[in-house]
Amino acid sequence: MTSLAESDAPAGLKVKPKVGKDAWMMRALILIVALYLLASLAFPLITMLTRSFEIYDFSFQEVSVSFEENGQWVEKGTIQEWVDELSQPVNNGLLPTARTRIAASEVLPKPKRAGIERFRFQDLSAEGGLLLNEGDVSEAGEVIVVERGDLSRIFMKPTVENGVRNYLIYFQTPTLRLSIFNSLFIASVTTILTVGLAFFFAYALTRSCLPFKPFFRMVALVPILVPSLLPGIGLVYLFGEHGMIKELLFGGSIYGPIGIVIASTFYCFPHALIIILVALSITDARLYEAAISLRASRLKTFFTVTLPGARYGLVSAAFVVFNLVITDFGVPKVIGGQYNVLALDIYKQVVGQQNFEMGAVVSVVLLLPAVVAFTVDRAMQRRQVALLSASAVPYAPKPHRRFDFIMLGYCALVALFILGILAVCQYAALVKFYPYNLELGLKNYQFDRMDGGGWSSYMNSLRLAAYTAVIGTAVVFIGAYVVEKARGFKKARSGFQLLAMMPMAVPGMVLGLAYVFFFNDPDNPLNFLYGTMAILVISTVTHFYTVSHLTAVTALKQMDPEFESVSASLKQPFYRTFGRVTVPVCLPAILDISIYLFVNAMTTVSAVVFLYSPDTALASIAVLNMDDAGDIAPAAAMGMMIFYSNAIVRLLHAGLTRGVITRTQAWRMR
Amino acid sequence: MTQATESAARREASGAEAFLKIDRLTKRFGIFTALSDVSLFVHKGEFVCFLGPSGCGKTTLLRAIAGLDIQSEGRVVQDQKDISGLPPNERDFGIVFQSYALFPNLTIRKNVAYGLQNRRMQRQAVETRVDELLALVGLADQADKYPAQLSGGQQQRVALARALAPSPGLILLDEPLSALDAKVRLHLRHEIKQLQQELGVTTIMVTHDQEEALTMADRIVVMNQGVIEQVGTPEEIYRNPASAFVADFIGAMNFLPGRVVSEGKVDCAEVELACDTGALPAGELVTLALRPEEVSIVGQGDRESEGQSEREKEGGNQLTLEVLYHEFLGPVVRLHLGPSGSEEELLRIELPAARARADEVRSGAPITVRLPQAALRVFARKAL
Repeated sequence: MTSLAESDAPAGLKVKPKVGKDAWMMRALILIVALYLLASLAFPLITMLTRSFEIYDFSFQEVSVSFEENGQWVEKGTIQEWVDELSQPVNNGLLPTARTRIAASEVLPKPKRAGIERFRFQDLSAEGGLLLNEGDVSEAGEVIVVERGDLSRIFMKPTVENGVRNYLIYFQTPTLRLSIFNSLFIASVTTILTVGLAFFFAYALTRSCLPFKPFFRMVALVPILVPSLLPGIGLVYLFGEHGMIKELLFGGSIYGPIGIVIASTFYCFPHALIIILVALSITDARLYEAAISLRASRLKTFFTVTLPGARYGLVSAAFVVFNLVITDFGVPKVIGGQYNVLALDIYKQVVGQQNFEMGAVVSVVLLLPAVVAFTVDRAMQRRQVALLSASAVPYAPKPHRRFDFIMLGYCALVALFILGILAVCQYAALVKFYPYNLELGLKNYQFDRMDGGGWSSYMNSLRLAAYTAVIGTAVVFIGAYVVEKARGFKKARSGFQLLAMMPMAVPGMVLGLAYVFFFNDPDNPLNFLYGTMAILVISTVTHFYTVSHLTAVTALKQMDPEFESVSASLKQPFYRTFGRVTVPVCLPAILDISIYLFVNAMTTVSAVVFLYSPDTALASIAVLNMDDAGDIAPAAAMGMMIFYSNAIVRLLHAGLTRGVITRTQAWRMR
Repeated sequence: MTQATESAARREASGAEAFLKIDRLTKRFGIFTALSDVSLFVHKGEFVCFLGPSGCGKTTLLRAIAGLDIQSEGRVVQDQKDISGLPPNERDFGIVFQSYALFPNLTIRKNVAYGLQNRRMQRQAVETRVDELLALVGLADQADKYPAQLSGGQQQRVALARALAPSPGLILLDEPLSALDAKVRLHLRHEIKQLQQELGVTTIMVTHDQEEALTMADRIVVMNQGVIEQVGTPEEIYRNPASAFVADFIGAMNFLPGRVVSEGKVDCAEVELACDTGALPAGELVTLALRPEEVSIVGQGDRESEGQSEREKEGGNQLTLEVLYHEFLGPVVRLHLGPSGSEEELLRIELPAARARADEVRSGAPITVRLPQAALRVFARKAL
């Protein structure tokens, strides 16, 4: 305490704000959530980026070989000299990767080492690390002597350098380069198709008096509940080799771009629809009244009022769809045939060829368009919000028989397409052996007899979805709370905000691969997570972080910013206000976040495909693997199981939300 | 100067007995200085208003006192205790915001009881205290409703009851009446003032409404661009504005451009006016300020105003102007006057509507006004 007698402090007396208990706890929270995002997003991505620049080469000339002949050590030159004399190139002529090993026994051909009792190798390099002896890495200058029987323990290990060679190879390989074009092509076509279809669907729902609107809206959102693999499977049954209506393709093949576009349109449709619906429903009715009073025709009104009002929504929807398609790997995997796309290349490089560095390169290439699409989308969303004026009068359509009838026909067609795909999948799952035995039965549900993890994978998926919903909602909501409500720490908070927006720009495959690089590193203290359910939960929460975060932030922004100030003045700790006011008021948003995370955890394939272990196989992965193995009917059956689970949980959520609102949100009623 | 006011003045100067002492406060947001070297005393039981246009720093000062946005430099001492760097929950104040910030999911009772919890108070004691406060603000029968079910005025009273509940030594009101409609505002203005006097709690209110400040405050702190322009009772502020800004901000004011001719003489619209020029040198460009009600009308047209004595007529400081246009405001008529033949407005005066005759206020009618020497305040031009 300062005495009052010494009045008038000199100007410029700096104040050191005391950090109270609340502020300490807030700091701790910021730290925890920031560490979570760093460990689950930033560090893995950085690791992946550096890996894409890593070049592996063998330094054969720096390993010398000696044979013991008659008790005498005889110099036999370097490994390089031996390699040069081999009849075929080492490693089948492939470029080495981090995991490539060359056995000493391969380099020293049997005939030339006949009768030799002992071998001596020396690592002549300055850095060491060229030789492996029973898994132990050699040091610089180390000499390793082995008996004849132990020669198989000795392996050559490549050394690492940094450079752009991986990228050069990537761009010099025509098949890989072609994928860039293919991906952009597929994404563009699907975007135009989906946004067009969704726009007219949304137009019908908001501008016409078509009957059964709630039904159409519900059906249109169904694709969110199924894994992206399922529409592909449905198309195979419709248009494949023995397709039910393959005649419609006039001899064309569904395997390839056509199939990818149709299936992608199926599962992107609801995402575009939601955005466009919002854009169309905020248009001010008075603009239409003005148009009528100026005697504008219906068509002219459409082009001068409707379209301009929805323009940001349309652009935003376009970029969201573009991003979904270009990063999706499920659809091309099932129905792409020989048609390569970027996301599939990552899978092939990593799972097929074990070339992780090249997988990282493709990931970086894929990251670019995704980041661009994401950035444009964010800018558009912001403008859309600005369009919304508080005084806008909602538009109420008037009946118009012919127009309403056309719109009904259109919506019915879209609904038929969506429900048709699902019905085909369900039918295929129940048929005993399509197309030869059309009897119905549950044979295809005996998942334990197939590859892919059986029924336990389904249970794993339910567990993953439940954990993701609970843990993810907690992490996301607390994170958003910290960003929105903490006083001070401006820089930390805006950094955090940036981190929270990033996952949306990162394709699932890229995230999954980044996790492999980061968590599978034995030197990483978090290595113990690898192969567990925990890493699946973490990756899924992170993959779907952005949308959840934005939902939470929107809800928190609607709360009076002075709640925290008032509580502090009433000397209440912040966590009490958080529990008694913030969480109850935001409960509807919290429930929305949890259902979003649950549904996506059930259907996601991309991030987890690199991360599951035999013990943590998932239903969506089982669909993928069963389809891969040719068990298409069981794959369809499992896909439909995911759909039914999601549908039930969705209904429970709707009931719960209604219950919660009537019971605990009585204050919302006037 | 009487002895009482003298000692009050001394007390004022030293701040020794001040309940709240703000000492050389500066607050910067990046490169923007929101408060610049502000010092102020608030005495116990006083009702002080921070008055100023938006962006003048009044809310920043309030938030610094509350610890919500701690100042960059300077000290805040409350009740002999240096609270400069303390977080809000280690200070002793209650606060009411313009938005009320009532917890929407808690009943009125629970809202008011919010600050009484975690204080080792018996449940019964909390209930009693809540009832007491709800009775005090006249909402005893609304205790179990939710905030959304009450009117704006009622919500504001709940917010006040909630802030008062823990019996803080200081109440901070941040534009508490701005969100209410005019009638409720008038009523609540009176109610808050009465409650404050009854409880004797030291209160600081931030407002941009001069009428609110004039009617409620014991002392007004007029602020502009991060500095205090003037501190004083409502009457002092109104009668003796310390700067052209204060003169303009409080009440209606006429500003006339002029130039000091010699001591006590200012040239204005080619007429030499007698006024107190203070220390301003000859040749200095100045602004003369006087309130519309201080202008007296000498003559309208060629008819002499009734009851005008000869001496006053000859008292000088007279201007003959022309009515540019008039506005009918109900009880009064406002005349906009300018030099003859000019479109430019020089003076604005108000006449009781009963006295204004149509032919006298028509555009172009000549009018002679007198600007009383005592009412003319002279400010150096650069101050405006």
